[in-house]
Amino acid sequence: MKANGVQHKKDPGGHITVQDLTMMYGNFVIQHDLNFTIPRGDIFIIMGGSGCGKSTLLRHMIGLKAPARGRVLFDDISYWESSSAEQQRIKRSFGMSFQSGALWSSLTLAENVALPLGEYTDLTAADIAEVVSLKLSLVGLAGFEEFYPSEISGGMQKRAALARAIALDPEILFFDEPSAGLDPISSRRLDDLILELRDSLGTTIVVVTHELASIFTIGDNAVFLDAETRTMIAIGNPRTLRDGSPNPVVRQFLNRGEL
Amino acid sequence: MPGQLSLQFHSPDDLRVVLAGSWLLVDSLPSADDVALQLQSRSDVHRLSFDGKAITQWDSGLLIFLARVYQLASEGRIHVDPGGLPEGARRMMKLATAVPPQEDTGKHSKPPPVLERIGLRSLSMWRAGPEMLHFLGEVTLSFGRLFRGTAQYRRSDLMLIIEDVGAHALPIVSLISFLVGLIVAYMGAVQLAQFGAQIYIANLVSLGMTREMGALMTGVIMAGRTGAAFAAQLGTMQVNEEIDAFRTLGFNPIDFLVLPRMLALILMMPLLVLYAGIVGITAGMFVAVTVFDISTFEYYQQTVRSMAWSHIWVGVIKGTVYGMLIAFAGCLRGMQCGRSAQAVGEATTSAVVTGILFIVIAASLLTILFQELGI
Repeated sequence: MKANGVQHKKDPGGHITVQDLTMMYGNFVIQHDLNFTIPRGDIFIIMGGSGCGKSTLLRHMIGLKAPARGRVLFDDISYWESSSAEQQRIKRSFGMSFQSGALWSSLTLAENVALPLGEYTDLTAADIAEVVSLKLSLVGLAGFEEFYPSEISGGMQKRAALARAIALDPEILFFDEPSAGLDPISSRRLDDLILELRDSLGTTIVVVTHELASIFTIGDNAVFLDAETRTMIAIGNPRTLRDGSPNPVVRQFLNRGEL
Repeated sequence: MPGQLSLQFHSPDDLRVVLAGSWLLVDSLPSADDVALQLQSRSDVHRLSFDGKAITQWDSGLLIFLARVYQLASEGRIHVDPGGLPEGARRMMKLATAVPPQEDTGKHSKPPPVLERIGLRSLSMWRAGPEMLHFLGEVTLSFGRLFRGTAQYRRSDLMLIIEDVGAHALPIVSLISFLVGLIVAYMGAVQLAQFGAQIYIANLVSLGMTREMGALMTGVIMAGRTGAAFAAQLGTMQVNEEIDAFRTLGFNPIDFLVLPRMLALILMMPLLVLYAGIVGITAGMFVAVTVFDISTFEYYQQTVRSMAWSHIWVGVIKGTVYGMLIAFAGCLRGMQCGRSAQAVGEATTSAVVTGILFIVIAASLLTILFQELGI
């Protein structure tokens, strides 16, 4: 987002590149030989049936889990081969919204959003307070600064988690199941918010979801992980894949089981 | 070039805010005070517009500045024309102002005055009593069902909990009771040696460990180890709605979760207390033999002479009561737990504090009772 939001820089190397990635738990292969590139300013969907390793792939991309083989590159810098200082710098450009919000329950919404700001910027307390109210008003939660996460609804928790994720103006935003547990209208609003963030700020967005409505509304590109063969079996625009993917599994998934 | 701000009058009633350079949060940015000053000095301004063509890059720094300017404008009832802003910033400002701040959330009220707070505190303490009694009643009913054989719980759960609170507690109970035995023996021996009565270390240690210290130390260990674990387990289940899941399936969570835990600790505490006594007496023997030149056989003889079944019974009864109280406190706080990580921490702390408080009260009452009964 440091780059001016108006211009979408599309460098050929891509913003995020996943190369020959193999993920394992112990000796159990979750997914193998994943290869894809996410251009800057893209909304990229990771999709697939339950238990195919979508969230695990996300955990590899945000540096929570080391790959068994292969690399994850951010602007052509390999995350797992970097020094810990470099890794810290790369991580600073991420924002992550976890599946169930993962707001810190002992802190108010304002304190949740303020914590990364206080830790990683030199802003004064007054400036932080203003950034916090701005971020909360962006997600439609102005006035809820003093609430604890347990005092607001699930949908509001999701939006508050998004406010925390965008606290440091990240260049990349990761979402794990953003619409899980939300009603269709809240889910639609969250999709609009995701689109708006990309359009206004040029943020690269990676979303793990199996919500079809969401996939078609926001997805520019998508990768389909197959639980059977344990690898990716399709990549491209989700609408194109729905209508013309040569692979029946992908078409079935994107058409709710009807071919 | 860091962010620059200049103000121009497009027409007498139209203030134009000209922005240039880089407007990043990390830079030191111009404040909105200049705009405020202009607006104060010129009351005839009715329109505020922007010229952002020279902005090179921006992030939340620009948005905060704009939020302040928007705020000033709405206070002065001035029309804002965002047309000259970078497109992304214009859209973000539209988004930020789309949902007006929630008024009247009930959160900004001042803390209540002292008297009211004392009142609220007293009321909540007053309510804690009946809550505890209610839980005690449920547990009693559950034990009633246990004896009639209708309680719903899994034997395998009970066995796992017994293993955890019994066998797995042995190392720490051994260590602590050995050290306590050592301390009692050494402290006593130093005094007794002045009269040449070192042999009575045996009486001191055997009585002290079986009647009081064995049960008390085991109780304190179990309050910290097991009481806390019970509260944390049940509290986390409360957070995950697992306890509600039991209720909706028609299981009684007291039978299913609290009963096996209480039963396990009530069964294991007497054994642990006996074990602690034996370890403590061994530690006393170790001190007597190595430091005070008493032979192992002499010490053994003196211990047997000083012991009576009543001492052992007193210790075992005390231990059983402590076990009951620790399990009760742990399960009570776990079941009362709120729905956050914070609440689990509070429940665990409270379980240990309540458990130890119960133990100390029970220890005093039982000691007086046994004294009066002459046991």
